[in-house]
Amino acid sequence: MSRNLILGGALTALFLGAAALSFLWTPYDVTALDIPARLQPPGGAHLLGTDHFGRDILSMLMVGARTSIAVALVAVGIGITIGVPLGLAAASRAGGWMDELISRSADLIFAFPSLVIAILITAVFGPGALNAILAIGIFNIPVFARLARGAALSLWTREFILAARVAGKNRTRISAEHILPNIANLLIVQCTIQFSLGILAEAGLSYVGLGAQPPIPSWGRMLADAQTLVSLAPHVALIPGLTIVFMVLGLNLLGDGLRDHFDPRLRVLRT
Amino acid sequence: MLAYLTRRLTSLILSLIAASAVIFLVVEVAPGDPASYMLGINAQPETVAALRDELGLDQPKIQRYLSWVGGMLTGDFGLSYTYRTPVAEMIATRLWISLPLALYALTLAILLAFPAGLIAAATRGRAPDFGVMAFSQLGVAIPNFWFAMLLVLGFAITWRIFPSGGFPGWDNPLQAIRALTLPAVALALPQAAILARVLRSSLIDTLGEDYIRTARAKGLTRRQTLWRHGVRNALIPVLTIIGLQFSFLIAGGIIIEQVFYLPGLGRLIFQSISQRDLIVVESAVMLLVFAVILVNFLTDLAYALTDPRLRKG
Repeated sequence: MSRNLILGGALTALFLGAAALSFLWTPYDVTALDIPARLQPPGGAHLLGTDHFGRDILSMLMVGARTSIAVALVAVGIGITIGVPLGLAAASRAGGWMDELISRSADLIFAFPSLVIAILITAVFGPGALNAILAIGIFNIPVFARLARGAALSLWTREFILAARVAGKNRTRISAEHILPNIANLLIVQCTIQFSLGILAEAGLSYVGLGAQPPIPSWGRMLADAQTLVSLAPHVALIPGLTIVFMVLGLNLLGDGLRDHFDPRLRVLRT
Repeated sequence: MLAYLTRRLTSLILSLIAASAVIFLVVEVAPGDPASYMLGINAQPETVAALRDELGLDQPKIQRYLSWVGGMLTGDFGLSYTYRTPVAEMIATRLWISLPLALYALTLAILLAFPAGLIAAATRGRAPDFGVMAFSQLGVAIPNFWFAMLLVLGFAITWRIFPSGGFPGWDNPLQAIRALTLPAVALALPQAAILARVLRSSLIDTLGEDYIRTARAKGLTRRQTLWRHGVRNALIPVLTIIGLQFSFLIAGGIIIEQVFYLPGLGRLIFQSISQRDLIVVESAVMLLVFAVILVNFLTDLAYALTDPRLRKG
């Protein structure tokens, strides 16, 4: 186990744990306003201080983690469940019309500036976590489709696949039983990367008011609220920002660590 | 080369058609009728109907799509629903902020990333390399709008070197550039982090090539080899990334413009969305997408020109 893997895993586990814990317990009620105690610095009764409504920042971050993680996770889920089968199907008939169609469509979606389209989608269909998930999820589909196709293509020439074909298995079965398990590592690494990008995208969308709506706390929203207060009480901007940085950093380190651990370069490209 | 060019041009045109169709459809299904929104809740149904007729909202969708696309091709983007001014003019004035901002940020990213990537590759596995890689990890993880807020806190509020937001116009270029500096730095940081990493790994790959060993064997010093043979060959993948990054910078500017209250394309899009000025939204988004697709196309082309192997691809 590498240092990256341990550090990244620990950071990720910390945030996942905090989000899970928030369902059972938070230090304070996130909807409780306490104006006299507003903008308190970290330390004291409120470990990470309070915001301009006197709400406890630690509690808001814990509940906000739920939003961020849920949005990013479901968006990754959309990418995998739609993208991977498409990529596998394309690779199983490489060069055919389906491969051509899937690959060209993936290229096309890649050419779109994802943030602009995400803003367009959430703006048109109304802001909210659900539309943010859809907007981010759509752009995960071609990522996984391309990755699955590329990795599967190199496997299709291998002897054990040939053996399976000789044994009479059809292409769909081979894709599911032999190709998929062999590219799972690559997919897992990509998951962590898309997960971290999803966290950043969600923060950006909710910062401009297109993500989860109040009173549901979200990290991006907290930063938007903090913007006018930054000179008065820097902690209201610093703490949520650092939270995002550590979450994304943790996921990226985890991804790097897993990649080294699995060493997909040796497994997949050794054809 | 001609076959390659034809193929790439076809896919460019197909992408643009698909993009315009998607944007049109997304905006079309938007809830709320622009005409009744513009006239308010007390409007007479006849007035609304008349305005719908005037705006051309009564025509079949396919006809409206075709006239929208046809108009854009001739430079006529239509009239804004809200301001009754030509959309093309509105976009053009905003573009004078968004485009310089993206270019400024790209320049900064390159200026930052090149030395960093070179140093990291030259000192691979030692302290400076670790420093650059740590910076790169951090740069990718920092949300740029948050970094922008920190810049404002440091350089606009505490030290008052740069303005915290707004744009004074290009009448005084120096002031204009000052106003764009913090936004550009905020936009450039994550791109610089990515670019430095790409340059480093590209250089390291190149330095493992046989011709580098040959160059060393014929008596060039490490530094000479790095400059004469390493950097030049490592630049090809880096150029592609720079092309991609320009698109990211154009799009990423949308959020950064919000932080600094810059009246660029991004703010135009947000304002128009809240005013249901859909024709402005459609055209501004289409322009952004067009810019991104065009830059990608030009990058591919430049790439194919420098590396003949890619023309077959």
